[in-house]
Amino acid sequence: MLEIRDLHVRLEEEDKPILKGLSLTVEAGKVHAIMGPNGSGKSTLSYVLAGRDGYEVTGGSATLDGEDLLEKEPDARAAAGLFLAFQYPVEIPGVNNMTFIRTALNAQRKARGEAEISAPDFLKQVRETAKSLNIGPEMLKRAINVGFSGGEKKRNEILQMAMLAPKMCILDETDSGLDVDAMKLVAEGVNALRAPDRGFLVITHYQRLLDHIVPDVVHIMVDGRIVETGGAELAARVEREGYGALVKATA
Amino acid sequence: MLSEKLIDDKRRTAEALLAALPLPEGESAWARDARARARSRLLDAGAPIRRDEYWKYTDPTALTAPAAPVAPAPEGGLPSALALFAGHAARRIAFVNGRQRPDLSDDAAQAGLAIAPLGEVLAHDVTWARGLFGALEAAGQEKVARPLAALNTAAATEGAALHVTGAVAEPLHLAHTQIGEGAALLRHLVRVESGGAVTLLESGIAGNTVMEIDLAPGAVLRHIRLQDAPERPTATHVFARLGAGAKFQTFTLTADGSLTRNEVVMEFAGDDAQGHIAGAVLGRGESHVDNTVFVTHGAERCESRQVFKQVLDGAAKAIFQGKIFVRQVAQKTDGYQISQSVLLSDDAEFSAKPELEIYADDVKCSHGSTTGALDEGGLFYLMARGIPLRQAEAMLVGSFVEEAVAEIADEDLREIMRARVADWMGARG
Repeated sequence: MLEIRDLHVRLEEEDKPILKGLSLTVEAGKVHAIMGPNGSGKSTLSYVLAGRDGYEVTGGSATLDGEDLLEKEPDARAAAGLFLAFQYPVEIPGVNNMTFIRTALNAQRKARGEAEISAPDFLKQVRETAKSLNIGPEMLKRAINVGFSGGEKKRNEILQMAMLAPKMCILDETDSGLDVDAMKLVAEGVNALRAPDRGFLVITHYQRLLDHIVPDVVHIMVDGRIVETGGAELAARVEREGYGALVKATA
Repeated sequence: MLSEKLIDDKRRTAEALLAALPLPEGESAWARDARARARSRLLDAGAPIRRDEYWKYTDPTALTAPAAPVAPAPEGGLPSALALFAGHAARRIAFVNGRQRPDLSDDAAQAGLAIAPLGEVLAHDVTWARGLFGALEAAGQEKVARPLAALNTAAATEGAALHVTGAVAEPLHLAHTQIGEGAALLRHLVRVESGGAVTLLESGIAGNTVMEIDLAPGAVLRHIRLQDAPERPTATHVFARLGAGAKFQTFTLTADGSLTRNEVVMEFAGDDAQGHIAGAVLGRGESHVDNTVFVTHGAERCESRQVFKQVLDGAAKAIFQGKIFVRQVAQKTDGYQISQSVLLSDDAEFSAKPELEIYADDVKCSHGSTTGALDEGGLFYLMARGIPLRQAEAMLVGSFVEEAVAEIADEDLREIMRARVADWMGARG
């Protein structure tokens, strides 16, 4: 589904290479996790895949179901089925959360040549989905992420993910800033979306999120490359031994 | 300091401005006196020039070209420009070429409201008008000259005189349009008595428009203007005096068009009053919009707010000059001012000049100003959800302007402004 081959990326402003030949394939129906120490390039990978400005791809490729992602604008990548759950969801005052989700959904449908969702259908669906994530109607009516707690912001990301029904979900440090209860709620939301035709890439620094979203494959990323790949037990090893041992072993 | 030659030039231009306009006729002695004093004020101050500190960012040349009044427009159907605010229940008072047009106006009569053409109150001894016409304009010249407002007092013969004694159910809509070249002057007088409340809408503002607003203790006035692509240079002045506990809100949306200078001069004359002045500017092409605000706190525990948002594209320019002046008696003043701009192009330009002058020691006053591009993080967030660039920009611009729009009390009117902002962004192409 998501295929990244020998990806090289540098920060435009600092002329600094961040990703140094990263390769990774996420199959449909699978949950892959990327773990790594701070500064290893995990968040850069998520931004580059979603199309944020400020990064230059100097080599390699990234495709979703064979379609080149890197040439597309961010909105076209979303319409192609890519979703990024932000580490720091952006607050946008004055834009109603529900209006935002409907605008996004209809923009994607339009880009794919599909009909817009009817207002009653949307309303029904968004209310049901919100309820399952413990998101009340008042949160739907508020401005996007404005005045939301850390947990509410992350649940709002999962709500958008559920409503947009992407093929490929990237979760960037979704556990950061969450207490255990909030993390469980978010993880349940993600698990509910696991499906045979959907892939997940869960980026995290700590193992704890992976106790709740159990991955099929775990990759360890150090200094812009994948240095080790294994099963869920690899995450437990990182937790036990720390990244230091792995960094040394691959140096 | 200006040279003697410049001072002479200013006076000569002021004389020429006056000479181009006919002397009002058939007015009562008090009105003639008020006119004479205004002529002196204008001649003493002289016409504004770029060298005046108050006109540093806006070249007034286009506003000081002497011109005879525009000829009356032929009778005919309703010009579309008068239909702004359509859909919002309001009684229209129509003006075409600076002249009131009863044939295009609604019946404005409502409980709590007495309304007359300006000429009528100036021809009689109407006590409330006598204490108001030219009085707030003159008071507003205390710290800085406003010659174009004095010109209006000296020469404007048309406008609406509103005396509000109760809660007026439906808003009044002062609508103007101009067909053909020449000067158009309007002067509106508004006195709201204690217990009175009214909403005034204004659109298609005449080239030189002055509104004097006098709020008795506890009176409420809401004023909402839509300046949609003015075809000719426009200078407006709103003078408001607030009695104790009075509430005043004014909001202006200015979209594109010719050079526009809007001055709002507000004075707190009684304690515990509240005055909010807000505006949004949408500028593209060569448009030039200057919002200049002067707030005088002359009483205790009053709250003033100035919220101005400008969205600038192309080679558009916007200016915000805002001053909070707190007299020694005005303890516990709460004054707030913010002016912010989003620049959508490299050639757009915003200049802000915030000023505080405070003589009381127990006050809370703050001001802030920012200029920059649209938030890159916000744009990426919206686009990452599938929203195309232009649509994402429009959403962020709507979000940016919302703080000013939120100053409007009526949700229906807020929606009209939001829709105008969305249309403007939609027309970017």
